Amino acid sequence: MFKEFAKGLSITFKHLLPGHSTTVQYPTVKLKMSDRFRGLHRLVPSQDREKCVACYLCPTVCPAKCITVVSAENEKGEKYPEVYTIDMLRCIFCGYCVEACPVEAIEMTGAYELANYKREDFQFTKQRLLK
Amino acid sequence: MTPEMLSLSNSPVWFVGIMLVKLLVVFTVVMLSVAYATWCERKVIGHMQTRLGPMRTGWHGLLQPFADGIKLFFKEEIVPSSAIKVPFLLAPMMILVPALITVAVIPFGPDIQLGDFMVPLQITDLNIGVLYILAFAGLGVYGLVLAGWSSNSKYSLLGGIRATAQMISYELAAGLSIIAIFMLSETLSLRGIVALQQQDLWGVCSFVPNWYVFTQPLAFCLFLVAGLAEINRTPFDMPEAESELVSGFCTEYSSMKYALFFMAEYANMIVIAALTATLFLGGWSAPLNIAIFTMIPGFIWLLAKVYFMMFCFMWLRATFPRVRYDQLMRLGWKVMLPLALANVILTGLVVVILQ
Repeated sequence: MFKEFAKGLSITFKHLLPGHSTTVQYPTVKLKMSDRFRGLHRLVPSQDREKCVACYLCPTVCPAKCITVVSAENEKGEKYPEVYTIDMLRCIFCGYCVEACPVEAIEMTGAYELANYKREDFQFTKQRLLK
Repeated sequence: MTPEMLSLSNSPVWFVGIMLVKLLVVFTVVMLSVAYATWCERKVIGHMQTRLGPMRTGWHGLLQPFADGIKLFFKEEIVPSSAIKVPFLLAPMMILVPALITVAVIPFGPDIQLGDFMVPLQITDLNIGVLYILAFAGLGVYGLVLAGWSSNSKYSLLGGIRATAQMISYELAAGLSIIAIFMLSETLSLRGIVALQQQDLWGVCSFVPNWYVFTQPLAFCLFLVAGLAEINRTPFDMPEAESELVSGFCTEYSSMKYALFFMAEYANMIVIAALTATLFLGGWSAPLNIAIFTMIPGFIWLLAKVYFMMFCFMWLRATFPRVRYDQLMRLGWKVMLPLALANVILTGLVVVILQ
């Protein structure tokens, strides 16, 4: 019994020595996210516009129904999304929109610090998503 | 002319003045130790659990005790509507006061000469010092029971009842284990006990002092375990057991009243550590009779011993899980008490034979 007591005490003492802490001092030190991490969305830009062709596949596949797309046609006769908004309060970060996109116009970044003060700030419009 | 001991009869003004200074200094040291014991405990336990503990307030969280104090001070004072008001408000004080009072008899240095008088570095030298400490430790339990009872809540009451049973069973073992010390020292005054421990070890080895931990190792272990149980520290923190009793007796307390419970817990820790240091580890005397060690003032040795004991208490807390209630009772009555009694009998036999 006393042998076990001593063993336990030695284990805890070993951890007290410097270099055993696993804590990451979060706001000052940040862990690197995996490449496959599903964070904030990003609309991929091409030469002069966004890649998106407003095919409506992403709002269709979205299980949380958080994507709003309104399509329009530009002067060259190409379809483009006039409105492309993601409601981050409803998004469940499942990544189906990325899977569904036929032209790889939407991807997910590693950004995860999404807290905000107003509900409106969670509406990510096309301009914000293109950044 | 040898200077006489300063007392109320030969120089009342000096006596009162020096007494006030001693009181203030001891109180400040104890209160600061209490504040930084909380910080230390969080740091030590944090690192032992591979965390860091407080890091944000000041350098490595050094201002954390003050942040905690200010936070608790500004918290809302809540008295439950069905609580019994007077004892509810009285209980935290009844726990803290005995804890602070007991420090009065701990000697923290040799007599020093001030002018024509000798001043003992001890607030008061009672000739029944240890009895006094045990008596006040016994009073401390009233606070716990009152807190549990007057909160008028099931968990608090359970915590209070556990506190009574636990304190009574371990007080016996603690008391019996110190009796072996008195049989050797033949005095109850802590000052006398420290003086005896400064002699040569067993009268032969002049290098090592005659600390009672060498003569009475079993009593030392028993007193440590019983002391831990008496101040309700893990692994014997049954009265507050947060995982089963939602903090037990202090469930219903908030704000400064809650802080008082914690101050009392740490003050009790200091008292038990100081008492262990005084009874078994030679009090303020140096661990080896060599010039470098004896040059260091006594209060530093006492503080070093006290802080070392407190570190051990934190270490034990980080290592061992809480014992079950029936295990606690069995340990108290069926293991500690017979062992303490056997130790008393053995010591008595040896003392008689050696005479």
